[in-house]
Amino acid sequence: MCLAVPTQVVSLDGSMAEVDVGGVRRRISIGLTPQVRVGDYVLVHTGFAIEVLDEAEALETLRLFREMDEMTGLDNKFPEQVG
Amino acid sequence: MKYLDEFRDAVLANRLLASLERRVSRPLRLMEFCGGHTHAILRSGLRQLLPSSVRLSSGPGCPVCVTASSDVDRAIALASQPGVILATFGDMVRVPGGNASGQANSLQEAKSLGADVRMVYSTLDALGIARVNPGLQVVFLGVGFETTAPTVAAAVLQAAAEGLTNFTVFSVHKLTPPATRAILDAGEVRLSGIIGPGHVTSIIGANAWEFLPRDYRMPCAVSGFEPLDILLAITSLVDMVTSGVPAVRNTYARSVRPEGNLIAQQWMRQVFQVVDAEWRGLGLVPASGLAMRTEYEAFDAARRFPLDLPPGREPKGCRCGDVLRGVVEPTQCPLFGRTCTPDRPVGPCMVSGEGACAAFLQYGES
Repeated sequence: MCLAVPTQVVSLDGSMAEVDVGGVRRRISIGLTPQVRVGDYVLVHTGFAIEVLDEAEALETLRLFREMDEMTGLDNKFPEQVG
Repeated sequence: MKYLDEFRDAVLANRLLASLERRVSRPLRLMEFCGGHTHAILRSGLRQLLPSSVRLSSGPGCPVCVTASSDVDRAIALASQPGVILATFGDMVRVPGGNASGQANSLQEAKSLGADVRMVYSTLDALGIARVNPGLQVVFLGVGFETTAPTVAAAVLQAAAEGLTNFTVFSVHKLTPPATRAILDAGEVRLSGIIGPGHVTSIIGANAWEFLPRDYRMPCAVSGFEPLDILLAITSLVDMVTSGVPAVRNTYARSVRPEGNLIAQQWMRQVFQVVDAEWRGLGLVPASGLAMRTEYEAFDAARRFPLDLPPGREPKGCRCGDVLRGVVEPTQCPLFGRTCTPDRPVGPCMVSGEGACAAFLQYGES
């Protein structure tokens, strides 16, 4: 029930917005996210945008993944080097 | 950035799993509060891929599942009143009640007997039904956690602004932090960390979980729902357990702010008041439910349609309550996959799209 899907805002109309859900246009309320702009991605839950997705934070999380992966990569190489 | 595929990279996931394997120094048991996480973990195969020393237990994060059978009975009785249209989210219509007074035992059954039960996608759709049916009373069955409650509050505020006199809400909304406290206070399961519910926390904010490290020395990692998100949350929890320094880590920062969505919190406070609530599986949990404030009593179905129903009974043999507390796994219930299946569910954990039993059966866990 707490399912919420990232969708892109296509147009704004007062307290409502049109979003693109896999090629299908849908009208949702932006009453909870009045700061949203066209082109932003929002989390849509039961017809409401509950949050605007933060691109800088998303990139930071992706950077964290790579950092963790690089640490693993170094670990993986270690046995080869000593072997 | 589409916010989905970037967090589903299978090659990276495998490498992060290898990294996790190296970090785990002792057996751990983590609870994912949210039923959405349970489904994501099983669907992605993470449950089998995780190091064997990391054990995951599903928690009570399925709103449909934790709705008390007595509340399901009340909803069925409301739907069966003459002149009433009962609107609700789809998950709720097949949930069995407690068979009070021999009435229909689910909203679906009531519908087949003539009750006007309508499934809606949004509370705004329920308002639309009220507008075009001025001669009928539309009761919206408000089920859900903090993610959903603000959208129901929005409908009440809108109905009040329009002066709609035929729209009410039967609120059985519930709050997640008190339920988490109840599970930890009961001490039935020994947990090393909690995977915090991502979308609930978009509303309440990551700061709302600070009581876990402060009062219980319990690490919490707020998580998104893609495989890499869940791996990052588990890795954070493992690191906190290893370091012995519990904290709240927000690993879903693209959607969750420390303070949450302040407008949503304001709408909830305006329309609802916090009350003690009955949870299936947990019993009466103090300050864990949302009832309509007296200022909005004109929109409160519980006041407009007072009902006196005998207490319901839990389905015989069903261990949904134990599953919701993480005490047993779905497969340990004697009814699982035999007499209880998604086609013929005995308990709500097999009905809901977020129910742990439905997830285990759907993804072939045994």
